[in-house]
This record gives sequence, C-alpha cells and structure tokens, in this order.
Amino acid sequence: MKAPAPLLQVSDLHTCFHSRRGPLTVVAGVDLAVYPGEVVALLGESGCGKSATALSLMGLIPPRSGQVSQGQILFNGQDLRQLRRRQLDEVRGRDLAMIFQDPMSALNPVLSIGRQLRETLCRHLPLDAREAEQEALRLLAEVGIPHPADCLKAYPHQLSGGLCQRVMIAMAVCCNPRLLIADEPTTALDVTVQRQVMHLLDGLRRRRAMALLLITHDLGVVAQYADRALVMYLGQVVEQGPVQRLFERPAHPYTRALLASMPDIDASPARLPGLAGQVPDLHQRPVGCAFAARCGHADDRCRAERPALTALTATRQVRCWHPLTESA
Amino acid sequence: MSNPPLLQVRDLRKHYTRPSRGWLAPPVHHRVVDGLDFDLGAGETLGLVGESGCGKSTTGKLVMRLTPANGGQVRLDGVDLLSLPLKQFNAWRPQLQMVFQDPGGSLNPVYTVAQSLEEPLKVHAPHLSASDRRDRVAELLQQVGLASSHGLRYPHEFSGGQRQRIAIARALALQPRLIVADEPVSALDVSVQAQVLNLMQDLKERHGLAYLFIAHDLAVVRHMSQRVAVMYRGRIVESAPCEALYRTPLHPYTRLLLESVPRLRGTPTTAVVAMPQVPSGPDACAFHDRCPRRTARCAEAAPLLREAAPGHSVACHHL
Repeated sequence: MKAPAPLLQVSDLHTCFHSRRGPLTVVAGVDLAVYPGEVVALLGESGCGKSATALSLMGLIPPRSGQVSQGQILFNGQDLRQLRRRQLDEVRGRDLAMIFQDPMSALNPVLSIGRQLRETLCRHLPLDAREAEQEALRLLAEVGIPHPADCLKAYPHQLSGGLCQRVMIAMAVCCNPRLLIADEPTTALDVTVQRQVMHLLDGLRRRRAMALLLITHDLGVVAQYADRALVMYLGQVVEQGPVQRLFERPAHPYTRALLASMPDIDASPARLPGLAGQVPDLHQRPVGCAFAARCGHADDRCRAERPALTALTATRQVRCWHPLTESA
Repeated sequence: MSNPPLLQVRDLRKHYTRPSRGWLAPPVHHRVVDGLDFDLGAGETLGLVGESGCGKSTTGKLVMRLTPANGGQVRLDGVDLLSLPLKQFNAWRPQLQMVFQDPGGSLNPVYTVAQSLEEPLKVHAPHLSASDRRDRVAELLQQVGLASSHGLRYPHEFSGGQRQRIAIARALALQPRLIVADEPVSALDVSVQAQVLNLMQDLKERHGLAYLFIAHDLAVVRHMSQRVAVMYRGRIVESAPCEALYRTPLHPYTRLLLESVPRLRGTPTTAVVAMPQVPSGPDACAFHDRCPRRTARCAEAAPLLREAAPGHSVACHHL
C-alpha cells in the first residue's frame, strides 16, 4: 500500500432513508479510502448507493429524509460525524468540496454568478469585497470561461450547462480543497463538453494536488480519468482495485457483466450479453450475496451466506465466493 | 432504384420564432431543423446522432407530424404525409409509431398497462372485439418479455427498463413499419440498456421494422444502425453507412464527436476544441467557429452535402 496516510478514510458507513415500509438501508457498510492527490471512482448503476455515499460524506443527507446510521468518516484525521454543525461548515467548502450532476439547479437562480462566487470566497477567506471580486474573476478565467467579467454579471439561466458546471467547479475549488467530490459531473453534458470539463477537472487536480472522488456510472470516464475504482451494487462495494486491472480482468461477475453490457464504439456490433433480471428490492435484501439472483456462477452458498470484501491481491478486493480468476 | 425507400425526407424545415427583445427590433428566428434530406429503407435502421439542441428530436417529431413543419416533405411510400389533410393522415398513423426517451412520462399513470396498450387498437382497429383486444395485448406483452398478468398493473409499479418495454409494446400494437425511437435507452442503466437494445433488434428482425433511431450515444448508435446521419445545428453534416462513418469519419465535427467519447482502453486525447461561439449566419458553415480546419471560405458559404464516397455524404469545403 501507499506510504502516506489516507486523506479520507470511511469505514462501515451505513445510511438509511425513512420510507413508509420502514428504514431503507441504501448504503450498507461501505469502506473507502482516498489518498492525497488520488482520483478514486465510485462506480455503479442507479440506486446502488453511490450518490447517497457522497451525500453522507458531506453531511448532506436531509434529516427529514434519512440519516447516517453507523460508521466513521475520517477526513484529515477528524471524524466528520462527531463535528458540530459550525465545525463541519468550516471543513465543508474549504477542505472538502462537492459538485453536482445538474449544475443549473445547483446554482441559485436568482443571484448573479458573481454574487454566489463572492459569497463562498468571503465565507472562508479573509477578503474584502474588491479582493473577492478580483479573485472571482481570476477563478472564472482559470476554469476557462471565455468572458469572465460578463459571466460575473450573468445569472445561471443565461449560461449553458457546460458553463454552469465550470462555474460550479470554480466555486468548489476556490478555497483549494484537498478533496473534491464530483457526483456525476458530466452526465448532464454533451460528449464534447464532457471532455472539456473532465480535462479541466484533471488539470486543476494536478495543479492543486487535490484528490478527486468521482462518482459516475460512465465506465469510459472512469477508465480515462481514475486511478482506482470501487464498484457498488445494492449499497455495498463489490469490487475495488486499480482501474486498468479491474477493467482488464474483472473479478466480480457483476463488474464483468457491467463491462460486457456496454456497446463498444470501436468494434462492429455484436449481440450484447446484457444482464438478466433486476436489482433486488432494498426492503428485501437477499440473505446471501446481493448479486446471487442474477449471477451465472451462483450456488447454494451464495444464496445462503453473504460474502465479505476480501483481498484478491495486494491492491484488489472482491466480495464474491467465486471470484473470476485470471484464466476465466 | 425501382422501389422508393420507405421514408424519404426532403428539405425538412422547422423554425421557432422568439419575439423581438425591444421595440422595432426584428423577431429572432431559430432554424432548429434547416433543410434535412434523408432516406430510410424498409427494415433499415438509420441512426440520427448529435448533441443536445442539434434538432434531432425535433426531426423525429416532424416525421411523426407531432409538430408542424415550416417546409419540406416527409414521404412514406412516396406519399407526402405533411401535405395530407389531417383526416387522411390519421389513416397513415398506424404505419409510423414513436417510442420516447422517458417511459415514465409517456405512459398514462392512471391507465393500467393493458389499457394503455388497448388504446391504439380502439382508435385504429375498431373492428376488434374486446376479447380480440385482450388477446392482442397478451401477445404484445409476451413479445416484449413481460407476462400477460403485468397488464393489470400500473406504470409506477415497473422499473424504467420494464416501462420502456411497455412503451415499445404500445408502439408495436398497430404493426407499424417505421418506429421513431427518440433516445429510447438514454434514461436506462447500462445493463438494462443492453436488454432493451437486444429486444429492439429482435423485434426488428421478427417484424421487419425500420427504425429512425435518435440518440446522442455514439456507441449505442453504432450498435443499432445500418446508416448514420450526424446532425449539427439543424443540418446533416455527414451521412454514411455505419461502418464507414465510424472507421473513416470525414467531417471535422464527426471526428470531434468520436474522439470525445471516453474509451475503456487507451489514454484520453488532450486536444480540446473551442466552445461554440455565437451562432453563425445562414451563409456560413455552422461548425466554422469551432473547426480546426476553417478557412475564410467557411465563413462565406455554407457547404452542401456532397457524396465523397459511394453512400458517404459530407457537408464540408475541405475534404
């Protein structure tokens, strides 16, 4: 393993939401570490708990709808769950920042871009109004916005989705965070804009030695930009490892099925193997392996006993009784 | 060619007009679809790709006559559907059906699935008895991989993938020859997407369907289509047989699109093309503000779609 201490160390995270049929455990024991400067991807399909994990880390689960019920979130040596609201507000936005999928709705529609940027800057940095204005201009230029001065006066609806996401990024990185959580940062964007935004994020990360936790369902984005990936299924990490190895030789049948389901843009069409069945109901979490009902390798043990996340090699872990071996 | 293609679209146009911003200022016309020409043969799939706002969804609606066109023709079997009086057009409707992006929004939430599937039959096949209709609904559900008992349930009881299957079953109810599928899988997860794509392929083979497959996902379009047309700002910039387009893209915009898709293998390409600037005038190439190969000519004359290789047409001055 790497020598430095992890920047973020999450252990046994459980998050549940209230529902009419009782508490719904959406994140069921996630362990996650992010080292300084690293890009870690949290990968999975809708409902697998990847966004809920991100919101839990930021303390953004609304108390009305749910709560983090168990686990530890160590960031920079501090347990974020033990912090008071005001202490947490010092960390969030400064050392730990987040950007969201839909940049249009993440910005306040009735405040100008400049006002929103200045608010974040003045909240965390000792700047007066003029300095904040200057800094906002500099940031907008840094994230590649063509006419920063015009953009400061504009309102979110006057900007395109790509520009809004750049503004969000500027706002997120304004205090030099050590970790940026990006929840589906390019899902709402066109493919050419996606490349620009990912390129921007990657450049900022390198220049500022910032770690990035990338939450996405897009396997291509993960392959191109992440060092390490964790694959989630039904609220649990089913496999984790360095991206290249993980994609070349997936060890969990779910990871393999996911990779095989993706049509290949560089190959002539072949029938997609797909993945039969559906994700089980969260209220009726299977007794055994969560993936057993859809897995071609499942046997009685898989249906009866829940596998633990176990080490496959020094850098890879898999939650499976019958991991696919190198030869499979 | 002896037989005309199933669908011929000629010079199709759609403008939206925004009221002027000030007193005496002229209203602004947005040419959303700006002179489209394409053919679609029986049993063929034409992929229509482009980024948001390029006019691909509007094209689908124009073909279905869901929105009035400002000009051009949509010919099915040589008959121009746009010039038909509405009553006569209704007789043609069973031949062309549509599947929308959001299956949750396109199914009536207070109808059971069976009611939704029966509705087109009631309108267009009034001679069928109630029991005939029930049989047909059961058959449709079975064709899309659902059980006939699912007909008694409501759309909210189904997952996204299942709802899209229901929407496909409804489109099939009248045995159409052409299905316009507007982003049919973009709301679905990748594993569910694969199931729906496989289903669409199977149905196409079984019923000899033609698809106008509108999508932004280039990998999905390659997977589904025989021919592909790339749209940019309301015009087709390149149109070719699928393999040719992906192997040897000729238009700079097509190349940009293909390069931009993050691959599972290899490193990201670092070339980043400029963001779109102001919309260009009617006498310029729509892509000239972002194009790495632009010259003075690109700003002066809009290139026409020309055949560069058999079946491979490109709208670019620099080939």
